[in-house]
Amino acid sequence: MIPASFDYVRAATVEEAIDLLVQHGDDAKLLAGGHSLLPLMKMRLAQPALLVDIAPLRALSYVRDEHDHVAVGALTRHHDLANSPVAISGASVLAHVAGQIGDPQVRHRGTIGGSIAHGDPASDLPAVLLALGATMVAQGPTGRREISAADFFVSFFEVALAPDEVLVEVRVPKSSPGQWGFEKLTKRAQDWAIVGAVAVRSSSGVGVGLINMGPVPLRASGVEAAIASGKDAKEAAELASEGTEPSADFNGSLEYRQHVARVLVRRALEKVGV
Amino acid sequence: MSILGNRVLRREDPKFLTVGGTYVADLELPGSVHVTFVRSNMAHAKIVSVDSSRAKAMPGVIDVFSNDDLGLANFPTIMEMTNAAMTPPMLASGTVRFVGEPIVVIVAETREAAADAAELVVIDYEPLPVVIDPVEARKDEILLFPEAGTNVAFTLDFGGDDTLFDACEVVVELTLANQRVAPCPLEGRSAAAHMTADGRLEFSSATQAPHGVRDALVSFLGLEPEQVHVVTPDVGGGFGAKASVYQEDIVVGWCALRLGRPVRWTETRSESMVGLGHGRAQVQHARIGGTRDGIVQAYRLDVLQDSGAYPGFGAVLPFMTRTMTSGPYKIARAECASVSVVTNSTTTTAYRGAGRPEATAAIERMMDVFAREIEMDPAELRRRNLISKDEFPYTTPVETVYDVGDYHRALDLALEVADYEQLRTEQSRRRLSGDVRQLGIGLSCYVEITNGLPDGEFGAVEIRPDGKVIVRTGTSPHGQGHVTAWSMLVAEQLGIAIEDIEVIYGDTDVVPRGAGTMGSRSLQIGGAAVNQAALDVIEKAKDLAADLFEADRGDVVLDKASASFHVVGSPAVSHSWAELAAAALAKDGGPLFAEVDLASPGPTFPFGTHVSVVEVDTETGKVTVLRHIAVDDAGRIVNPLLAEGQVHGGIAQGVAQALLEEVVYDLDGNPLTSTLADYSFISAAELPSYETRFTETPTPVNALGAKGIGESGTIGSTPAVHNAVCDALAHLGVRHVDMPTTPMRVWSAIEEAAARTNAKGQG
Amino acid sequence: MRIEMMVNANAESHDVEARTLLVHYLRDAVGLTGTNVGCDTTSCGACTVLMNGESVKSCTVLAAQAAGEAITTIEGLGDEFGQMDRVQQAFQDCHGLQCGYCTPGMVMAVTSLLRENPEPTEADVRLGLEGNLCRCTGYHNIVEAALAASRVHEVHQ
Repeated sequence: MIPASFDYVRAATVEEAIDLLVQHGDDAKLLAGGHSLLPLMKMRLAQPALLVDIAPLRALSYVRDEHDHVAVGALTRHHDLANSPVAISGASVLAHVAGQIGDPQVRHRGTIGGSIAHGDPASDLPAVLLALGATMVAQGPTGRREISAADFFVSFFEVALAPDEVLVEVRVPKSSPGQWGFEKLTKRAQDWAIVGAVAVRSSSGVGVGLINMGPVPLRASGVEAAIASGKDAKEAAELASEGTEPSADFNGSLEYRQHVARVLVRRALEKVGV
Repeated sequence: MSILGNRVLRREDPKFLTVGGTYVADLELPGSVHVTFVRSNMAHAKIVSVDSSRAKAMPGVIDVFSNDDLGLANFPTIMEMTNAAMTPPMLASGTVRFVGEPIVVIVAETREAAADAAELVVIDYEPLPVVIDPVEARKDEILLFPEAGTNVAFTLDFGGDDTLFDACEVVVELTLANQRVAPCPLEGRSAAAHMTADGRLEFSSATQAPHGVRDALVSFLGLEPEQVHVVTPDVGGGFGAKASVYQEDIVVGWCALRLGRPVRWTETRSESMVGLGHGRAQVQHARIGGTRDGIVQAYRLDVLQDSGAYPGFGAVLPFMTRTMTSGPYKIARAECASVSVVTNSTTTTAYRGAGRPEATAAIERMMDVFAREIEMDPAELRRRNLISKDEFPYTTPVETVYDVGDYHRALDLALEVADYEQLRTEQSRRRLSGDVRQLGIGLSCYVEITNGLPDGEFGAVEIRPDGKVIVRTGTSPHGQGHVTAWSMLVAEQLGIAIEDIEVIYGDTDVVPRGAGTMGSRSLQIGGAAVNQAALDVIEKAKDLAADLFEADRGDVVLDKASASFHVVGSPAVSHSWAELAAAALAKDGGPLFAEVDLASPGPTFPFGTHVSVVEVDTETGKVTVLRHIAVDDAGRIVNPLLAEGQVHGGIAQGVAQALLEEVVYDLDGNPLTSTLADYSFISAAELPSYETRFTETPTPVNALGAKGIGESGTIGSTPAVHNAVCDALAHLGVRHVDMPTTPMRVWSAIEEAAARTNAKGQG
Repeated sequence: MRIEMMVNANAESHDVEARTLLVHYLRDAVGLTGTNVGCDTTSCGACTVLMNGESVKSCTVLAAQAAGEAITTIEGLGDEFGQMDRVQQAFQDCHGLQCGYCTPGMVMAVTSLLRENPEPTEADVRLGLEGNLCRCTGYHNIVEAALAASRVHEVHQ
């Protein structure tokens, strides 16, 4: 399948990319690894007039230890994040999940920024970032701003980036290796999650995120509160489906997804010693 | 020392591994233009209007055609027995009957222009009521062909005996879904066509049957046989779905004739998922009865076959299902009847096993259900009912005559390799401890029919003056390794090294006749034809040698070790193959050559036992295959490497049907699995390595003693895995879970069983 | 637009449309048809090539995105004398291919896998090939081939 025609520009700097977004408005789309956008374009479900390729901006590909948090450049590929010693020691859940996305070829191209900015509720990383209490850094014509993960995922395939903003960095509070659980149910290894759950223990408590349980990635705040109040994994996990609105399809009815969410959250919690 | 039975590496491989195969899309065709089809996005509708004017006006577009432009007759039904009122036009005309049906063909200078133009064709539809479920279609309330007055395309009914189960102490019955699956060869359909300088249509096709494609082009395009030359370059898998000719093939040929320019067409995967025929698609109702001590006495299978929108090969699959009704068991009374109906879905066709996996799935599932009913170990029930090795040839209640077999041996070996007793012990342990991950052990004893169609096959062997050999075969391999296997057969007879043997196939100018490769027929009929041609060429060589030696013909012998002929007792004086080829040329002016049109000696019946071990996560319903043990008997094995490869591939497809794969439509007839992201094509990550063994019980039916091995893996594996999943859940009160046993379906079955148990407890 | 890249150590330079996919560039512009297209959704891996030594699905990379990079296709493996490398040879030795359509992508995926994980377990190989579909072999012999290749230690110059 072949995308509809478009123009292609490689941005030399973030500022140039932002200028192009300002100039072209809705006609322009940023292209990073392209593994969310190009499949849609081949199906002609997306037909942008201009692609602004930012993948070559190596300055946005890094994983840095920033004392209390790990800073991940938005154009860091899943493969690099999964293998980054800094990520493995300071944000091991993030490294682990990055190493599970798609397949090796996808991880060689796909980036954390591209994945998150796509806003797909079935994708793994957003729920992890919610559970971790991550912060996104966006850069626009007037400079940079921070957006908490909780505010970032707005609605179905929509995130809190303005049309002229570029996601430049993801900041993740440090967590200890081993203090997390990640559970994903798929039919095949390469599939998107039917349901996924992640639990992360930090100094401020246990964060729990849900994959594919509604139009946006979710934080299971009921579960988190239950743990804070001393409930065990089994009791707390019973609350995992509260307030969720998963879609129903031939892989999972609403009822099934809610059930699986409870099971996977319990398993994830057990891994963090709840 | 015989080369047969050795693990000879494939001669085909180096090309694929260094530069890749040459598939239709890889052919150089200077000046070629691209064909694209605009397909229906409605499952059932009247076509009110088609506006192609904008597409036609687009730069780069050469022309746009619809059915009226073609002036071709409707595509005939595959078999005369299906309902004659249900034929499709080459391009949909008036009514569309499934999503994916081609309506318009676009020819453009580039692939890109063709894709862009397809977006500009405006089709106005008037929706009609849709019927997807064959059970609904059977009611004839929504008709696909109102003029036919029914949705029934084909029936098989030999009458029923009301007293069939009267003598049985125990009778159980079950409705089983043998779901619709997509064959998914990695290469989709593809064709390229051009007119040669001498006015012939040269047509390259990704097909399993080049001569069938030639005959179809001749017939539909109104050409003479000598005007059409079909070539199959490398073909990227077929699995039965490329054994048929499709409307698109004919239209591509028509475009080349009409435009006088080389044209090429390669479907996208999204097109292939709705355009290439689907497989299986049966709803089965089975009844099995017998004694409390495990003698099965009666069995009846009623099949409702989903033909898809137009009756193709799929409509007549129940014929093969019926042939294998009672499986490997000695069942005194057995019946099978079927009804095939049309629905608003992709036409169904042959898919690896083609009607036999469906028969095996039914009887093997019912054997397990019966065993459970009488509380007998399923292996023991099978042992008690298998046909014994001294009962062959064995005629079943549906009049199928099994050639030869040792079914008990295969069962025993499979259980031994699996360490069945130990598995049952581990299962009990997990059941007792209430483990979240329960173990399931599933068996499948199968027998199937190969070379079941009546066609013979062409084979020829020619000795070149340099002593090298040209073999020509009417089979049309697409991964099976015929070049290697046929070389081995010829080397074995002639004593010539396989490196000096060239095997030619898939070119209708060079190979005059051929039925192709399907139905696990190739070795036992195509290989046998080549083998016979080799024997015939030896006889001709002996005639020539006798002249040269001035000896009695009966005294001439072929010494295979030196690949030369001599007079018995005088090995010092000999003539090589090259010398005899030269002698033939000198004598007749022609090559040393023999060709054979081998009539089919009839079908053979491969058999075996598969054991599957699965683990079921009872909380999520997810199934993991831990082990798969396959004992297969395909008679004499020419090359174990190739035979194992066939079994491996079959197992993967069989496991996939049991666990994962299903073509799904919504109620409006929209396909929900039209990409490989949505359709659960199984990968390496979902499968274990397999434990395969062969037993070899040679068949007396053909000279090679060989049976087919192409489909056994699929036939044997699916019920073993399916039974294993159901077995894992049996102690939870689950009687049956339909395929594919997806996580949600397994979980639902556990929930329903628990609800029943609770209700009983409260009641 | 004009793009330049190294393909199998040859400098290539061609005019393409911006929308040209890398796989079509390799097949149509460069003329290397070993790399196949098997799906539309980045699922099957038949189009897998190496970009700077790492496996990528060339149906989901624009040719323009690959400009300036080094691409290796199946045609670029093996030595200048036509000798197959250890992965190619293992595929033949283990009967890891039948129809051949997935094979170039499989070989490239295994090549990349072994670079990243020189001593994989069977589980590593199976998971590492999750993005490469094969309909013929049932994967058994492909996995065998990958493991066999990993046991062959090539001399690197």
